[in-house]
Amino acid sequence: MKKLLVALAGLMIGSLSAEAQKKPAPKPKTTAAAPAALIAQGKAVYTETCLSCHQADGGGVDGMNPPLIKTSYVLGDKTRLVKVVLNGLQDVDIDGEEYNNAMPSYDFLTDQQIAAVLTYVRSSFGNKATPISAAEVEAIRAANKK
Amino acid sequence: MKNNLLRFLLVPTALVGSLSLYALTSKVGPPAPDANNAGLKLPAGFGALVVAETGGRARHLTITPQGNIYVKLNRPDKSGRSVLMLRENSAGKAEVAGGFGSYGGTGIYAKGGYLYASSDQEVFRYKLNEKGEVTNPTQPEKIVTGLINRRQHESKSVVLDNNGNLYVNVGAYSNSCQVKDRQKGSLGQPNCPILDSAGGIWQFRADKLNQTYGDGTRYATGLRNVVGLDWNQQANQLFVMQHGRDQLHDIFPDLYDTKQSAQLPAECLYALKKGDNAGWPYMYYDGQQRKKMMAPEYGGDGKKEATGNFIDPAAAFPAHMAPNALLFYTGTMFPEKYRNGAFIAFHGSWNRAPEPQMGYYVAFQPFKNGKPSGDWEIFADNFAGSPEKVASGRADHKPCGLAQGPDGSLYVSDDKAGTIYRIVYTKK
Repeated sequence: MKKLLVALAGLMIGSLSAEAQKKPAPKPKTTAAAPAALIAQGKAVYTETCLSCHQADGGGVDGMNPPLIKTSYVLGDKTRLVKVVLNGLQDVDIDGEEYNNAMPSYDFLTDQQIAAVLTYVRSSFGNKATPISAAEVEAIRAANKK
Repeated sequence: MKNNLLRFLLVPTALVGSLSLYALTSKVGPPAPDANNAGLKLPAGFGALVVAETGGRARHLTITPQGNIYVKLNRPDKSGRSVLMLRENSAGKAEVAGGFGSYGGTGIYAKGGYLYASSDQEVFRYKLNEKGEVTNPTQPEKIVTGLINRRQHESKSVVLDNNGNLYVNVGAYSNSCQVKDRQKGSLGQPNCPILDSAGGIWQFRADKLNQTYGDGTRYATGLRNVVGLDWNQQANQLFVMQHGRDQLHDIFPDLYDTKQSAQLPAECLYALKKGDNAGWPYMYYDGQQRKKMMAPEYGGDGKKEATGNFIDPAAAFPAHMAPNALLFYTGTMFPEKYRNGAFIAFHGSWNRAPEPQMGYYVAFQPFKNGKPSGDWEIFADNFAGSPEKVASGRADHKPCGLAQGPDGSLYVSDDKAGTIYRIVYTKK
């Protein structure tokens, strides 16, 4: 099952990058970036692990916990994003705003859980970015340990 | 729909009421409330108006005896000003008449011919002239310097007593003094080292320059973070509102479910004496059981009571509502029951999620002879804009500062949209 999900996520990445090359064409309804099962798993991880700070709508808390909506931290470089989950984050301004709360490390989550939750976040709250696979998380985690 | 209908019915009533009052009190007397009471829900006989829209993150505010309003912004505005001076023009409204100070921060307090304002590391003071205007806006005296600021709980709130002492909160740069802050399962650091320089109230002289930790006194400790504090004139005593700890469920999911985590711990009002210890990080206060509980980071299991010489709160309020201002009302405009009682601005919660959020209102705690007496109540509500916006935490306005005007009006600042409110009693 796990392998199947990873394979599916991989397929989706492929199809999305192909689509990205076509540039602004209006997106069909099926843009939903990742398989429903991965999104559902991601939502469950989000609810248990992330929601108390980043809130149900992903909007965060003014001055404390940054929003997960339309920010380069979420939509941009996957490696940076995965590292935020693995290492935590504090004392960093996000898109010019100060956020003063401390995010601890969530390295106790499995590669699959991190892939799922980040895929959920990147495709929720109005975000539309490519999924992240467990294999990608595994590679980033391995490099992170060095 | 029901709300709209109610508003439709109320508006003419309020208008007639305020107009007749205006006619009766030609010169003195409070200004007329806005037709919609500035969007607030208030007890019968009270009204509210928007004094000004500052457009900044208006943290605390203070008002001189001449009626000048000074507002501390959390960061400088576009013109580089972090203290705004507002002057009343007509009918209770005010406009920004000036500003100075290029440092962000929260604390501001006027007393004895001086205006005190804080950055997140320092306290400055400015001389006020007989018109209540600052005479040295670019050259304040630096009263306190070098206070710790590690972003978390960074604000430095200030108040003075009647003996020339200045009290400054230094918040703990941590949630519960864990080895790894906010990390699931991480235990508390033995003999929490944060308390040496933070997690308490420090006392300094109000007129001595360049004081730092060594010059001051740690007046009270074991206070995680205090944003609202005031000097009670009847008890001649400092009272503070603590922001209680967060995330019991996130950190110890086996001991606390999400509902318990939303309801624990109480936000506490403390009456402080020199040397008091309120118990953070070793304990938290359970407002339902009315017990001091041992923190799970320090051996607690959700049932064990705390051991240690920790003071009891003077009053307890629902969890996580973020009390950002405390004001003892000494005016005569409001009815007798409010005299010497405490107004508390609850900025609003975030750490109740996934349960609905709470707060975004000004509460009132009655006092008698310098002690809380009777139950607290919600005084000014609906800063958020709707019950849905309260529940989601997406409030339009967040009450953050309180001040009393020379006529006894209650002013409220909002650090979300920058609105300055004035609440008046209009019934004769």
